[in-house]
Order: sequence, then structure tokens, then C-alpha cells
Amino acid sequence: MAHAHDDAHGHDDHAHGPDKGIMRWIKTTNHKDLGTLYLFFSFTMFFIGGLMSLVIRAELFQPGLQFVDPELFNQFTTMHALVMIFGGVMPGFVGLANWMVPMMIGCSDLALPRVNNWGFWLLPFAFTMLLSTFFLPGGAPAGGWTIYPPLVLQTGNSFPLLIFAIHLMGISSITGAINVVVTILNMRAPGMTLLKMPLFVWTWLITAYLLIAVMPVLAGAVTMLLTDKYFGTSFFNAAGGGDPVMFEHIFWFFGHPEVYIMILPAFGIISSIIPTFARKPLFGYASMVYAVASIAFLSFIVWAHHMFTVGIPLAGELFFMFSTMLIAVPTGVKVFNWIATMWKGSMTYETPMLFAIAFVFLFSIGGFSGLSLALAPVDFQYHNTYFVVAHFHYVLVPGAVFSIIAAIYYWIPKWTGRMYNEAAGKWHFWLSSIFINVTFFPQHFLGLAGMPRRIPDYAVQFTDFNMVSTVGAFGFFISQFIFIFNILACCYGWFGRQRNATAQVWEGATGLEWSVPSPAPYHTFEDPPLVGDDGMPVHGNAAAHAH
Amino acid sequence: MAVEPESPEQRSGRRTRRYTTGKLLLVVAGMFGFGFALVPMYNALCQLTNLNGKDKGMLAASNVQEHEDDSREVTVQFLTTVNGGRIWSFAANTPQIKVHPGKLYTVMFTAKNQQDDAVVGQAVPSVVPWNAARHLHKTECFCFNQQPFAANEEKQMPVRFMLDPELPRDVTTVTLSYTFFDVTQLAQSAVKPKS
Repeated sequence: MAHAHDDAHGHDDHAHGPDKGIMRWIKTTNHKDLGTLYLFFSFTMFFIGGLMSLVIRAELFQPGLQFVDPELFNQFTTMHALVMIFGGVMPGFVGLANWMVPMMIGCSDLALPRVNNWGFWLLPFAFTMLLSTFFLPGGAPAGGWTIYPPLVLQTGNSFPLLIFAIHLMGISSITGAINVVVTILNMRAPGMTLLKMPLFVWTWLITAYLLIAVMPVLAGAVTMLLTDKYFGTSFFNAAGGGDPVMFEHIFWFFGHPEVYIMILPAFGIISSIIPTFARKPLFGYASMVYAVASIAFLSFIVWAHHMFTVGIPLAGELFFMFSTMLIAVPTGVKVFNWIATMWKGSMTYETPMLFAIAFVFLFSIGGFSGLSLALAPVDFQYHNTYFVVAHFHYVLVPGAVFSIIAAIYYWIPKWTGRMYNEAAGKWHFWLSSIFINVTFFPQHFLGLAGMPRRIPDYAVQFTDFNMVSTVGAFGFFISQFIFIFNILACCYGWFGRQRNATAQVWEGATGLEWSVPSPAPYHTFEDPPLVGDDGMPVHGNAAAHAH
Repeated sequence: MAVEPESPEQRSGRRTRRYTTGKLLLVVAGMFGFGFALVPMYNALCQLTNLNGKDKGMLAASNVQEHEDDSREVTVQFLTTVNGGRIWSFAANTPQIKVHPGKLYTVMFTAKNQQDDAVVGQAVPSVVPWNAARHLHKTECFCFNQQPFAANEEKQMPVRFMLDPELPRDVTTVTLSYTFFDVTQLAQSAVKPKS
């Protein structure tokens, strides 16, 4: 991706191609450059977070303490989550939105390009600050990513850095989200009505609203923690009339919509990929849009299912149990629509499609374990066990992460003009799919047998499943190098310099992004195209080029 | 970049984008405020539902009238916890008593400061089950005030309470729990503005 635009092509008459050198990336306001930056940032964070998970898995290979002491182990579990959620998945989706939303709705850039640049460049500072806490006396935060008081208030010198890093990430997410909403609401090409927008745009619009609604609540919650620790307030201090349980309510009021922030864009990606390779239009487009909207609405009224065991009255347990189970209905609508799209389609199994099908299957497994956890009486047994770990890793890794991988395979020919290596892609897919199940499936059994999460040591009867899980984790991590190699080969032309991708790239692909040449010129849709009923420009590709 | 004069469409497009941005920024500010508004909302809701010790357990009940119902016997258990370390030894003198609803009882708690420094304690009560909380009335409790302790001081602290006869029939055991917090620092900072 990085050097895809370095060769001048396509825009001879106005020479605002990219600047040269490092300043191009620092000063850029181009949505494609920023999308690339976001994606590379996300890869870096996935790599760092992945290394942390390998330390965790290595420690858990055998009972007893081998490599890290318990305090450091807790730092790794806490930081693994923060880095993967705020550094890996969220910037990954923002990067895809940067690249694709303007090209999908036919506008030249996001509405607020300078804000876009600022939003991105906050992230390296936020994560440098967060990761630097490993080197402080007392080490990194170790109270879990849910930062529950009073435990988190015992964090040492790293505490204010944690809080300010979360503030910066929040500001970055909010600016990105505002940018996406303003762009989608105001800058669609003529003819691109709301109910003609690709589902990736729809899911991102709703995700952006969720971000705008809940990231400020998280900012408020961590500010209260900060004042409780340093300024003598008692928001969460029972001795001063506060209540630590209230933090859990405020945190999960943010936290549950956050879960959907990390999966709704994935739904949009899968809804783009499956119709292409099934060579059929998406089944039930309107119901897909309404399903996403209802999931987003329900996400605001289910938060207490994360805290069934804190002592909620029976009526509350029942309300949160049933409202949570209700989410399975729109989610089921989506899964069945994807299956119906594939039904009797002329299917081919290129790498993006393989990842998309694996997403549907494995995300559903994560959904089912989520339903088990939604049952309040059962949750008392499962709470804080490895069953929960297995559940959310099933929805986040073969869910959110697989969708990001699928999206990159799907759109990288458009970005770089070069096809990725299909054989390497298939190897990557099969190894990833096998190892991810080897890693996380045994964790269901561990959880049901009572192994608690966030511990560096365990009873000997859990050894076998933990060994299997560790082998899977290392296998999954190593498999990702195929992916990195494949992407970099596309960016730098390691399989040949020629740009062999056609404009449409995939036989069954429809949508505005496929009407511009591959690689996509530095500026696209400077003159908005007129969008026809099929979602394609009425005058062919002409509008996609320069003035 | 060449500066081209703005067309009217460009200008109005920019204005609508600014308008939408402004509206969304207001939502952001509103939600930041909402996060803090959750605090009083949470307290109000807890008081309404008598959850998490946010019932009137912290306050003295006024006009408590005895009308004993000796047909019922309810067990009241006393649970004591010291938050964060062994600053005090803290226990109820009798771990549980049997009571008749509608009658006032007095029980004693003993706390001893284990430190060689003076500390200030604050007990925070909590009642289980939650539907019994609103029927437990205290006319006297050491939790109503902060309790200063001299170094190694031992105190006998009374609680005078009554379960009212409207206590739901299915409740046969009520647990009254106290957690003792060290509020020495909070007490100091609270005194400062007055002096």
C-alpha cells in the first residue's frame, strides 16, 4: 500500500500527487494515505499485542510459574486487551473506513481532512505513552482492561499515563467518528440515496454514532478515577459515600456498545464480500440495515449482563438476560441473510471469501457461547472463567480480525493495483482457521471445568487443554507472517512490478469503488459521479478520472 | 495547491458540513456530561430500590413506633469487614440474634485500633436481602458518624434497630453488614475548608 502512489500515474493535468519523503505521511490529509497509516498502525499494534499474548500462553503452557511472575503476567493480560482493542481492531476499522467510505459514496475525501490527520497522529503518542509504562517503576497497569476500582486505584506511577492514554484514544476515535458521519450524511454523490449505500458504509455510519455516544462516557469514567485517586473525590470510594459498583455500570454502559463498535464494521465487510463471490446481490438488504440499527439500539440496554454476579435484584437479572437474548434475533437475521445470499450462488472460494465464510461460521460459535453467558443463572458458574475468554476471543479474532483480513485481501488489488498471491492467501487462511480453533476451542472446556481467567498458574488437571491452546496460539501467530509477506509483496511488487489488477478486480464486484482504476488514483471522484439504480456510475468510468 | 474561488455550491456544502460537525460535537459534550449525570441518577435509583446500601441505612430513622409482632421470629446476622488491611479488629459482640418485628433491639460492636497512630473510621452498612433493606430502621448507629480512634483505643459501639412488621413474610433471615473504612485522609481534607 505504502508506495502504491509513489509512481505518478493518471493525474497529469493537476499535479497534487503526494509529497515526497516522510513529510508526506506526517502532513497528509488524503483519506487514502491516512487509511494506509491507520492500517499499518493497526498491524504494528496487533504484532505487539500478539507478542504479549504469546508470553501469556507460554506461561500457561504448564502449571506453576515458568517465565513471568504473577504481577508481570497481570500487566500482560491488561495491556494485551488495551492494545488489541484500542490499538488493533478499532484503528484497523477506521483505516478501512478512511480508504473505502469516500470511494463507496463517490466523494473526493472525508469531510474534515485535517481533523483526520490529527485524529490519526494522536494514536502513536497515546500508545507510546501507554506502552512506556512497562518501563516505569511498578510496571504497567495490571488491574485488567476493565479498570475496576478500587483495584485499579492501587496502580502506581503508570496510572495517570493509562488515564491520559485512554483520553487520547477517545479523542482520536471521536474525531474519526464525527468525520465519518459528516462525510456520509453530506457528501454522497448524486443518486447515492441512504438506502442505496453499501452495507459497509451503513454499518460504519451506525458504528460512528455509537462511538460518538459512548467514548465520552468512558472519558468521564476514567476522569472520575483520576480525581478519586489524586483529588480526594469519592465517586467510587464507599468510605466517602461513593460506590465501586457504580463504576461497573458506567464502564459497561460504554463497554457494551464498544463490543458492537468492534463487530458492526465487520458485518459490513462480510456483507460486501459474500455477494461478490456468490455472484448474487445481498439477500435482504433493507433487513440487514434494520438489523444493524436494532443491534446498535439494544447495545445500550444490556450492559449489566457483564455484572450479573454483583448483586442485582431478580427483576434486573431477568431484564438484562432477556434483552441480551433479544440481540440474537437481529444477529440471526444477518447470519441467515448471508447464508441466503450464498444459496444457489455461483460460488468461488478466493481468499477473501474463505475468510468471510469462516467469519460467518466461527462468529456464530462465539454468538452461541454469548447466548450461554446471557443466561443469568448459568453466568454465575461461567463468570470470570476461561469460558468467557473463549467467547470473546471467538467473536473478536475469527470475528473482527478475520473480517479485517478478509477486507484487506478483498480491497488490496484496488489499493495497490496488484493481485495478492492466491496460494499464499489460501495457506494463510487454512493455517489461521485451524490454529485459531486449536487455540480457543479448548478454552471453552477449561472454563466449564472451572479454570478462572487472569491467573498465571492453575490446577494440574487443566494442563492438557492449556498445552493445546498454547500450541495453537504460537501456530496462529506464525501463520500471520504469510499475511504480512503477502501484503508487502502487493505494496512493493515483489511478484513483479506490473499492476495486473483490473478496475473491477472481482468478476462479481459491484459498487462505486470498482469503477475507478486499479490502483485507485491519489484523488478519486473530484467530480461526483451520478449513481444509477445499480449503484454504479451512469457514465461509466469517465467521472472517476480527473476533471 | 492553486487557490480557486469558491463556488456557491462549495460554500453551502461547507456550511452544512460545519453544521453537522457542530451538532455532533454537542452530542459529544452532552454524552460527557451524561457520564457524570449517571452518578446522581445511580444514587437516586439505588435509593428507590434500596440497593447497594444506598437505602436510608446511613441515616437515623425518625418517629419509629414499636408495635411488636411476637408471632414472627426473624434471625438478624451481623457481618463485619475491615477494608484494606488490619487497621482495626472489628466484630459484633453477638454474631446473630433472633428478633420480633416491630420491637427495638440494641446490639454492641467492638472495634479496636491496632495501630500506634490515631485513625478515623467510617462504617458503611449494607442489608441483604435487598427487599428487607427498607424495613430495617436504625435509631442509633455508629455508622451515622465518623469514628475517631486514639492509638490502640478500643470502643464499644451500639446499634439500635427495629425491623418493621411490614417485612415481607418470606424473609426469615436478614444480614446487616458493616465495612469499616479508614477515612483519616478524607476526614482531614473535609475539615480543612471549615478551619
